[in-house]
Parts: sequence; structure tokens; C-alpha cells
Amino acid sequence: MFSRDRWQEIFETIRKNKLRTILSGFTVALGIFIFIVLFGFGNGLKNSFEEFFLDDATNTLWLYPGVTSKAYRGFKDNRRIEFDNSDLIDIQENFAFFLERITPRINRREVLGYKNKSNSYYTRAVTPAHQYIEKTVIMKGRFINQKDLEEKNKNIVIGRLVEQDLFKNENPIGKYVEIKESAFKVVGVFQDKSGDREERLVYLPYTTRQLLEKTNDKIDQIIVSFKPELGYVGALAFERQLRDFFKNKKVIDPSDKSGLYIRNTAEMVKQNQQFAATLQIIVAIVGFGTLIAGIIGISNIMVFVVKERTKELGVRKALGATPISVVGMILHESIFITTISGIFGLLIGVFVLSRLGDQLEQYFILNPYVDTLTAFIATFSLIFFGAVAGYIPAKRAASIKPIVALRDE
Amino acid sequence: MIQINNLHKSYKIGSNSLHVLKGIDLKIDEGELVAIMGSSGSGKSTLLNILGMLDIADDGKYLLDNVLIQDLTETTAANYRNRFLGFVFQSFNLINYKNALENVALPLYYQGLGRKIRQQKALEYLEKVGLKDWATHLPSELSGGQKQRVAIARAMASQPKVLLADEPTGALDSNTSNEVMGLIQKINEEGKTILVVTHEIEIAHMCKRIVTLKDGVIVEDKKTNQTLIDTNV
Repeated sequence: MFSRDRWQEIFETIRKNKLRTILSGFTVALGIFIFIVLFGFGNGLKNSFEEFFLDDATNTLWLYPGVTSKAYRGFKDNRRIEFDNSDLIDIQENFAFFLERITPRINRREVLGYKNKSNSYYTRAVTPAHQYIEKTVIMKGRFINQKDLEEKNKNIVIGRLVEQDLFKNENPIGKYVEIKESAFKVVGVFQDKSGDREERLVYLPYTTRQLLEKTNDKIDQIIVSFKPELGYVGALAFERQLRDFFKNKKVIDPSDKSGLYIRNTAEMVKQNQQFAATLQIIVAIVGFGTLIAGIIGISNIMVFVVKERTKELGVRKALGATPISVVGMILHESIFITTISGIFGLLIGVFVLSRLGDQLEQYFILNPYVDTLTAFIATFSLIFFGAVAGYIPAKRAASIKPIVALRDE
Repeated sequence: MIQINNLHKSYKIGSNSLHVLKGIDLKIDEGELVAIMGSSGSGKSTLLNILGMLDIADDGKYLLDNVLIQDLTETTAANYRNRFLGFVFQSFNLINYKNALENVALPLYYQGLGRKIRQQKALEYLEKVGLKDWATHLPSELSGGQKQRVAIARAMASQPKVLLADEPTGALDSNTSNEVMGLIQKINEEGKTILVVTHEIEIAHMCKRIVTLKDGVIVEDKKTNQTLIDTNV
């Protein structure tokens, strides 16, 4: 079946029927190309979505103090609620069952100076747990550690862009920068995929911050992460109990919605995951649709090709071609063409995707790609269905009596 | 060489059945050159198709070179056609994307011969029909007469026992018709059994024997005074 003679016969046919070859090859190549590119774009869209929304830890609760809107138990309304260190301890003591990590945040804007350069940055005073909650990636040195916290060290961790601004090509680790006329040692540099704003931050121990501010114990926000195994329901229970606890402790009317805010990422995560799943389904539908269109395209061409060759096949049969050899020849030829052009389209598609890379980031298409398995399944299903589509008319053509095929006019 | 007894064939046309061959008995010996004549609808082409195994008879016996031809599967029919029969058609039926040489070599491909031998044999037969110099030309670059000569070379290349020609001159003018018939006579002189279906009396008289069909039966079967064509092709 795959003798050298058969190949020669097929190459000859392909070479001498260029239009037909190009037409069917082009259909397959185009089908695969469009599939790869669209599917890749879909994946890119999914990537940027995940980048945007699934970057930070997904098991966190964010507690923000607010201003009361109702008078309650002798307190007037419009009272500003504040967090302090005792709240951290209370959470740790009362919610050990739920709690994984905890960090306060104290946000200030500071001017950092190094040599003759200085610039204003947001600083966050935190605990070491913050690194896990924000998924901060350390490039050089280390993050704030427990020792810094206990000794109230004047150590800071700076963002990649802060390093760029102040240190240019110098290694900042161990260097001292000036904040409010005191010297802080840079112990680490971090990066964050969330964007430029995140990389212009400076982290310091919250104890150090409180020391700088005349040893007060005020905290701006509290971020806690819960044990992931609690799941969505556990997270909601944790949130409810935290809310009750703090409304009681801070003396806020239970029906007052503005005294305390809790942002629960579990809820967002759930929504985001649903959205991501929808996106995945859309990508799959687009891919599947493209593939179906490609299969229909190649099927049409195969029907046309066989129709066009009916007379030739009749001649071949009159000259002694067996039905099997006729079907074999058509399939052999079509599989050869679709395989070559399918792989060609695949390579072009993958090439285009890799060339595009992150150029379409502004259209929310980030790092578009198609995994190898999907690409090959798509290519081979097109080849396979092309062959099936060719087989049916070929079989019919082969079983037509030569006399019918040869009938003139 | 060919022996048929009581051959019947009818075609279904809608709900009606058209009885085309109504019991044909015919015996053709080796080396004969027989014209099958008749007006259109007389059943002559049907007879030729059955002889050529392109079509199957409903009833009757067909012996080709003492081989009983019956109950053929498509595959055996293809093999018999390839080994026993050469076809020449009115409309030449050359494969348009293959050049003259490749067309002639095609039946040899289906005989399973190697490429070199195919080429060599094909060229040999092209030379026989006087078209060696046209070997690399496509059918579209050949005249009608040349095309038919290529078709004859192709039919001969597989060294068949019988050559079947269905209106071989039907699409040609009288000069080229003579040329083609001259070639057929020459091949016949070399000993090949040839059947020619035609409705032209002049063409029929270039054969050695005329079998006339009318309404599905043989009405006349006679030897002729063969008109020999003087050709130098």
C-alpha cells in the first residue's frame, strides 16, 4: 500500500494538480492556523484575567475600621473606629480554629533619600505574614522577619522600581536610606506582578512604625488569612464571627453597616473562578467551532475533488485499477496533503502566537499559547475528518461502474 | 477467443424495463477484426461494455480466452480488464494531467510493473503509433488523431488478448479516421483480436467481419471485402 510506486504516483498527481492541492492544503492550514491563534488568544485572555484577579492569596479577610452611622449604648454616631495591637492579639486568641496568618497594615507616605536622590513612596508597616498574603516575590535579600518585629529594627524591603529609582545599578542590599532624618537599612528587594504601583511600595515592621510614631499602638487595617481547608462556607462563618466579635468589642450597633468593613476574598474568588470557567468554556466553544468549520471546509473540498476526478477514476478502473486501489489512492493523497498542510498551519500558528507574545497585553491578551496536546489533537482530528470526508465519496466513486463514470456528455 | 451464448441485458428506466440485448450468440476467433454495427439504441455499446466487463449481463454465458466470466467481484473484474482487455473510447479518455508517456504507462502501473520497465514499454508502444517524439506532451497539446493514437498505445501496452474500440473514430474527421483505422488494421495484422463498435459503414468495411445488431439481436453476420488503408504512420 505504501510502496514507492504509490508515492511516486501521488507526488505526480499532487504536482500536476496544483490548484486542487493548494485549495485543500490551504483549507486545512487555515483551519488549524485560525484554531491555534483563536485558542491561543482565548488562553491569553484567561491568563490576563488570572493575572488581574487571582494574583493575591485567595483565602484572606480584610478588616477596615469605619465611622459609625448610629448611636449605640451611650456612644454618639459619627464615631471613628480604630484598630490597635490588642485587636491582633484578640484575633489570635479567639479565632485560632480559623486563623492561618495575620498582619496589620499601617500605610504612610514617606520621602526616601539615598545620596543625592530622593522620592516619595507609599510605605506599609506589616508583619512577616504579609509576604504570603500578597504573594510578594523576593528578588534580593529577604522580607521583614520576626526578629525585625521584636527588635523594632529600622529595616525596610523596597520594590523593584524603588530600587531602580534610587539605586540605578547599585546593589541596594545593606545600604542605608534616609526616612525622616533617620537611617533605614535595605534588607530586601521584591517584585509583584500586579503592576507598577505595587512595585513602588516600601515595607517595614509595624512595630518600627509604631515606635516612630511615639510608641502608639494604632493599626490602619488588619488582614487575616484563614485555613484554606475551611473552604467557602468556613470563610463565611469566620467573617460572620469576626464581624460579631468586633462590633461587640468596638461597641457598634449590630445593624450599623458603616462601622466596620470586612472584605472577604473567598466570595470574590468564587465569582472570579466562575468567570474564569465561563471564559474557558467560551475559549473551548470558539476552538471547537473553528475546528468544525475547518472540517466542513476540508470535507467540501474532498467531495469536490472526488467529483472532479470521477472520470479519471473511471479510466483508471477501465485500465485495471481495483476499487481498493482507487480508494487507497484518494485517501493516501488527501491524508498526505492534509498532514503536511496541517502541520504547516500548526507551525505558523504557534510561530505567530510566540511572536505576538505580550504585544497584545493592552487588549488583555497575555502570553497567548496553545498546549501541545490540544494543538495536536486539533490537527489530527482535522486530518482524520478530512480522510473520512474523502473516504465516503471515494468509496462511492470506486464502486461506480466504469461505464457510468466514462459516459460522455 | 470470445464466445457468448444467449446474452441478455435489460436496463431499468423508472418502472419500465428496457430490454437491450435479447439473446446474443457470437463467436470471435483469435486474430479477427470485427465491426459491430447498428443504429443508436441497437445495443452495440451495451454488448461491448459487457464484453469489456465494464457492465454485467443479466443472463447468458461469456467465455473470454476459455475463461468463464461470471459473478465477478469488482476486484477480479479490474484484474481481468487489466490482463485481458484494452479499451479505446470515442472521447479518448486520456488523463489530462498526465503526458502521453504516463498515460500509456498507466495500465502497466496497475499490472504492478516497475517504473523503469513501464517507461521503457510505454515508449516502445508510443513509437509503434508514431508518437515517440510527443511522449512528454500533455493530451491538451495533441490533436484528436494523436490523442486516439495515444489511447491505442495505452490499450496495447498491457498486451491484452482483445482490443475493444467504442466508436474510435466518432470524434475524428475522415482523414484522421482513416489514419486511426489504418493503425487498428496494422495491430490486427500483428495478430491481435479487435472489436470495433461503429455506426459508419465505411469504418465497418475496414474490418474483416461485420456483425449487425438491430433491436438487441444480431440480424446479420458476414465477412467483408476488407478495405485496407495504406498508411505509413
